[in-house]
Amino acid sequence: MIAAVIALPALSAALLLSLGNRTNKFGPWMAIIASTSSFLIGFLQFLQMLARPAEERTAITTVYEWLAVPAAGFKVDFALQLDQLSISFVLLITFVGTLIHIYSLGYMSHDENQRRFFAYLNLFVAAMLLLVLADNYLLLYVGWEGVGLASYLLIGFWQHKPSAAVAAKKAFVANRVGDFGLSLAIMTMFIVFGSVSFSDVNEGVAGAPAWVSLTIGLLLLLAACGKSAQFPLQSWLLDAMEGPTPVSALIHAATMVTAGVYLIVRSASIFNASEIAQTAVVVIGAISLLMGAIIGAAKDDIKKSLAGSTMSQIGYMVLAAGLGPIGYVFAILHLITHGFFKAVMFLGAGSVMHATNDNVDMRRYGGLSKVMIFTTITFFIGYLAIIGIPPFAGFYSKDHIIEAALSHSWWAGAAVLFGAGLTAFYMTRMVVMTFVSKPRWEDDVHPHESPLSMTLPMIVLSIGAASMGIILTNNHMFEHWLEPVTGFVEPEPPLPIQTITIITLSVVAIGVLAGIWQYRKIAKVAPKKVSFVVTAARKDLYGDVMNEALLMRPGQSLTKVLNIFDKSVIDGFVNGLGLFTGGISSRLRKSETGYVRSYAMSIVFGTAILVIVLLIVRL
Amino acid sequence: MNPNAYLVLSGIIFSIGALGVLLRRNAIVAFMSVELMLNAANLAFVTGARVWGNLDGQTAAFFVMVVAAAEVVIGLAIILTIFRTRNSASVDEASLLRW
Amino acid sequence: MISSVLKLAEIANENSISFEPFVFWLCGGLAVLGAIGMLISHKAVHSALWVALTMINLAVLYVLQSAPFLGVAQVVVYTGAVMMLFLFVLMIVGVDAADSLVETIKGQRRVGILAGVILVVSLVLLLGNSFSIQAAELVNADSAYGGNVQGIAALLFGKYVLIFELTSALLITAAVGAMVLAHKERTSPRKTQAILARELFASGTYKGPLPSPGVYARHNSVDTPALLPDGSVSEISLPGPIVARGAVKNINQSDLNEVQIISEGLGLVSSDEEGDK
Repeated sequence: MIAAVIALPALSAALLLSLGNRTNKFGPWMAIIASTSSFLIGFLQFLQMLARPAEERTAITTVYEWLAVPAAGFKVDFALQLDQLSISFVLLITFVGTLIHIYSLGYMSHDENQRRFFAYLNLFVAAMLLLVLADNYLLLYVGWEGVGLASYLLIGFWQHKPSAAVAAKKAFVANRVGDFGLSLAIMTMFIVFGSVSFSDVNEGVAGAPAWVSLTIGLLLLLAACGKSAQFPLQSWLLDAMEGPTPVSALIHAATMVTAGVYLIVRSASIFNASEIAQTAVVVIGAISLLMGAIIGAAKDDIKKSLAGSTMSQIGYMVLAAGLGPIGYVFAILHLITHGFFKAVMFLGAGSVMHATNDNVDMRRYGGLSKVMIFTTITFFIGYLAIIGIPPFAGFYSKDHIIEAALSHSWWAGAAVLFGAGLTAFYMTRMVVMTFVSKPRWEDDVHPHESPLSMTLPMIVLSIGAASMGIILTNNHMFEHWLEPVTGFVEPEPPLPIQTITIITLSVVAIGVLAGIWQYRKIAKVAPKKVSFVVTAARKDLYGDVMNEALLMRPGQSLTKVLNIFDKSVIDGFVNGLGLFTGGISSRLRKSETGYVRSYAMSIVFGTAILVIVLLIVRL
Repeated sequence: MNPNAYLVLSGIIFSIGALGVLLRRNAIVAFMSVELMLNAANLAFVTGARVWGNLDGQTAAFFVMVVAAAEVVIGLAIILTIFRTRNSASVDEASLLRW
Repeated sequence: MISSVLKLAEIANENSISFEPFVFWLCGGLAVLGAIGMLISHKAVHSALWVALTMINLAVLYVLQSAPFLGVAQVVVYTGAVMMLFLFVLMIVGVDAADSLVETIKGQRRVGILAGVILVVSLVLLLGNSFSIQAAELVNADSAYGGNVQGIAALLFGKYVLIFELTSALLITAAVGAMVLAHKERTSPRKTQAILARELFASGTYKGPLPSPGVYARHNSVDTPALLPDGSVSEISLPGPIVARGAVKNINQSDLNEVQIISEGLGLVSSDEEGDK
């Protein structure tokens, strides 16, 4: 039954891609139906799971025996593990994914390759579902790569734009670096534990030496950095905005970038066993959340600003996941709430772009609240949720993360607190520049509200963004729900919880006020004379420069050297061998004169040699 | 009389036959040289039969004669055919089968 | 000759008079001589005759080594049949076809002689002490069968009967093969007399009977050319050798006039025609 969750979107994608233009008419609807039924089946499974007691909620379904090397004792089944953690992801992915499908129906209605777009969306959803449902790392890797492929196809969907093609390539390459870490981690697991299934690895890690958990942990962290756009593999995320906006929403809210967090939480036993690996995770999370927030505060491109925000929020989740049992639950909680409010804001941004002839420059927006009432309200709910105003969803998840971080160490706590303030600043900036301030529109722009197929998903998602926090944290429901899978320890912050909440809210308030004060007047063109920090942030904090200097240029030089080496030495050897053989042959060929007497001569010499050998033997 | 003398004689005639094949360009003479080598071999067979005191060697020589006769018939027919098409009986003329 | 040698061999066996070395050295020497003669003769016919000499001497040596059947077969098959076949083929190919003296393959002669010398030296060294048996210890195998021919027959139709049958197949195949190889396939229909005649005259040269010499001549002899009706000389009327010797009679104007007069007298030519000329 659970296999159908993956199979339906996968089958739909296969049909849409293989049948081609014949499915143009009903293709998008088929994709939506596939995604919706996936969600419904997932929801049914969820209800069934709720009916069982907490200890019996994990169910493993073996679909078929996938790989088996009896001689090496190696056996991997195509098996799906359905537990509290994966069902949470399944519901998030299918629900948000379905809404984005519906949204795309309006957003992509004028694109002639609409069918292909929906096929890729389905493929994306299917791959992500496989990733979260796999019961072993190898199958997870299949989904992992599938997500990478689908993201490549979707970011480069408008491949006629060179920038889109380059962005897709960049995302793919950056992901490959992370994938390399994951594959190495899987190989290490196989060598050390002889198995790659979650349960075997969890059992094995308890008795394994410290270096094993450290190595695997760091390799998994590298993988998570690639997929979740964490420092130092973050650079692809901002360029990925070249894809259509629903893709950005899908990548940022429900699927791709959450995969890294999922991986870390799923491998909780490994990280629990190695404090160094955990600390590395926290440090990476802290760096990423601050970097993302700074970038988000400097970008005038609404989508890139949101992308920076995503990086920052994922940084929160990674940081939380690095805190150990006190953080896993909150990482996932924040992931879910973020899935809602980030999706609503991305869809809102898409709606704004839709209204302003695909303009992304926030300096040419302003005053849109008057013409786009649904977009404004839903976006504003998302805004309140992300900066963490109670009772919106973000408050509950972020507040818990701050508590957990404070109980871990002062620097982690300071980082998340500062991040909260930055978040409030750049989100306020975005709202002010887009909806509140005076109109600074281009001359030929006539903003209008988007069609129902676009506003409806936004409304549904904004309801989630508003209420999900209260619903999930009510009576510590979510903690109890996930505890059997990830474990949970109540954080013990050094300050009382009420005090922390007040501090957090005041930091947020400072951020909001700073944002309003800073952007009381907005120039139509970005000011040139800005501080060093803003310049750096506009250039993605020199992420690309660093990549180029550290990796690309040395890589290119190495390629050149290797190319010369290949042409001169390798080709020289191979061609030389050919020339040598050819030369020898053309000389030896001359011995085939066609004269019978020459051949007879060799026979006579052969006979003579035979006779001489006989003579020697006789001697 | 030491039978080795016959063997030496057969060796000498065999070598002369081999030289004939190597040096003579007329196909018919080359053929005669081959026949000469076969005869030398026959002499060795007969000597062997005498030394071992049985007739197997002589029988072998008989078979060599039979085969030689068959070979001559075919060989000469081939020479004739080549001569008819190329108007030459030189073994060096038919040297197309080469590099 | 064979019967006398046979007799000598019998005497030698009975009386153990050793004249075997004498016959060996004589016939062996002649055999080598024949082989060398074949090698160095320029004309193929001479080579064939030299080979025949070698083979006859080898036959004697067979008989000398108590193989009379093989000796006879050698003479009949080789000198009688095979060598004659060679001579027939030589007749077709051209009796005086001789090798040109220019060696076509570079270095073949020098290297060939070197190879031959190496071969002969090594073979002589190898064969020179093959058997350590002495003549006195030799056993005559014929006695077990009651004679040489009987012995060979017993082996051929007993122990080696299968090979014997196979050789018959070989001989049949050879005969058929020779027929196939020597057969000339007709690729175009046979030409009729009419076609041949047309081809003959289509070539443009004169193919009719030649005019006889001495026509229109006072001297009715072969060295006098025939004259064409206009009085010019017909070159084809003269036999080749006479032209080659330069013994052709000249025709001068007085002769022609004389011919004219005679012709008019006989009424063969009218004076009108002569006036035209």
